[in-house]
Amino acid sequence: MIEFLSGLGRSGLHWLAVLGRASTFLFRVLLAQDAVVRRFRLTLAEIYSVGVRSMLIIMVSGLFVGMVLGYQGYITLVNFGAAEALGGVVALSLVRELGPVVTALLFAGRAGSALTAEIGLMKTTEQLSAMEMMAVDPYRRVFAPRFFAGFLSMPLLAALFSAVGVMGGYIVGVGLLGVDSGSYFSQMQAVTDWREDVMSGVIKSIVFGFVVTWIAVFQGVDAEPTSEGISRATTQTVVVSALAVLGLDFILTGLMFGDM
Amino acid sequence: MSKDPVSQTPHVVLEDLVFRRGRKLIFDGLSLTVPRGRVTTVMGPSGTGKTTLLRLIGGQLRPDSGRIWVDGEEVARLSNRRLYALRKRMGMLFQTGALLTDMNVFENVAFPLREHTRLPEELIRNLVLMKLEAVGLRGASDLSPAQLSGGMARRVALARAIALDPDMILYDEPFAGLDPITMGQIVTLIQRTNKTLGLTSVLVTHDVVEAMAISDHVVLIAEGRVMDSGTAEEVRAGASEWSQQFLGGHPDGPVPFHYPGSSYRDDLLNEAGRDRD
Ligand SMILES: Nc1ncnc2c1ncn2[C@@H]1O[C@H](COP(=O)(O)OP(=O)(O)O)[C@@H](O)[C@H]1O
Ligand SMILES: [Mg+2]
Repeated sequence: MIEFLSGLGRSGLHWLAVLGRASTFLFRVLLAQDAVVRRFRLTLAEIYSVGVRSMLIIMVSGLFVGMVLGYQGYITLVNFGAAEALGGVVALSLVRELGPVVTALLFAGRAGSALTAEIGLMKTTEQLSAMEMMAVDPYRRVFAPRFFAGFLSMPLLAALFSAVGVMGGYIVGVGLLGVDSGSYFSQMQAVTDWREDVMSGVIKSIVFGFVVTWIAVFQGVDAEPTSEGISRATTQTVVVSALAVLGLDFILTGLMFGDM
Repeated sequence: MSKDPVSQTPHVVLEDLVFRRGRKLIFDGLSLTVPRGRVTTVMGPSGTGKTTLLRLIGGQLRPDSGRIWVDGEEVARLSNRRLYALRKRMGMLFQTGALLTDMNVFENVAFPLREHTRLPEELIRNLVLMKLEAVGLRGASDLSPAQLSGGMARRVALARAIALDPDMILYDEPFAGLDPITMGQIVTLIQRTNKTLGLTSVLVTHDVVEAMAISDHVVLIAEGRVMDSGTAEEVRAGASEWSQQFLGGHPDGPVPFHYPGSSYRDDLLNEAGRDRD
């Protein structure tokens, strides 16, 4: 029992220390954000490698999720004779929940793990040290552009996911199951509220983008400089990001829709 | 060597340096000076803190107590801005080269120029090719770091380290893990950089023979302190028992062959005792 408690205390202390380092790191990265504008070409390159290169997986996943929503929504709705409402159901599920959450999970797996591994490797091979010795600040040159790119890409990717998902639902609902094409879109427009639904989804994806990128870049910097250290950090990025996204989703949903 | 008084002041002075890693005491009152424009070698066994010493000089680590002056400035007291200005006058060659893996050889050497100057592309190109020519790798400018051998990577890193024409260059284990030919090339390059550019060169290494051959000034460190220092001849001649063991590579001496532990006899008997229980 004592051993269990002291183990608990130790891991509590460990995580507290990690959180402290992560906060200091975040603070310094935010201070270096002027580099994002001054070195805009670097930032563009990072947006390409973090955002653009995640587009394919996001679009394919969005398409499948939308198609599944089309099936499942139809099966439920048709029992109530409300199959015409399919467009609204698909759009709401995507824009409010599945778009931000699934995109964030995929983003953590695709872009987040790559960021961690890249930065971890730069640390292990002393590239970050070498930059410092060449009087180049890695916070400005390496971390700030990557952080901004992740932060910016996430909401855009989530929007892409939802848009493709709506098309997936259309393919299944209208194309295969015979829902009326006009009512698919008119229902969607009637049900989806710009401020309540779209904005809440956008806010979620901004928060997730911030948190996932923070975790990914920090894990790289904080990795133990060995090959095992890098692989551990990469795993940590995916696991911690997933937990953070799901936990935050619950909290944000409660805050935004709690008093409805 | 010039006789003007400025070049007589040491380039680097360490005074009573104390540095800890966790509970481990790495430096325990280390003092040494690095003369300007010469090759100074700091030698010591692996794990004594030679890399740590270079990081302290470069201001990447701060001493727990004691002082470090580089070019008359106290490194640990400098603002970030002044420290970065100082680092532009100091090149460091990391043990593995530490080339940026997402750029080719040319871009690696161009990196400090692009970061710190606004020179036109034409001029950058000429400067980079000159530096690469100096290390004999102009032909390799399109290769990626992954395509280079260890010795080549180190030469590219040297070209990069001298790109901004620093007045001092720090070499971390420049000879480690090289074949004899490559070793010879690196030795020549270090000497040539020192002679033709008049750079203060600080080497840290455990390779005794090569280092002794090219050093004007040798410092032996162990257990966090300076064991011996002087010219190569002075150190070799007047060396303490410890230095004799280190320089001669004798397996046993003041540094015992056996890692400290309980007595061999007790250990064996204990083992037997445990079996009987
Ligand atoms: N980042 C670090 N954290 C903790 N201990 C370290 C770290 N880097 C080096 N050390 C320890 O400091 C000592 C000196 O290391 P180092 O300067 O690399 O030695 P050398 O270059 O002489 O082989 C070693 O015992 C090493 O274990
Ligand atoms: Mg070392």
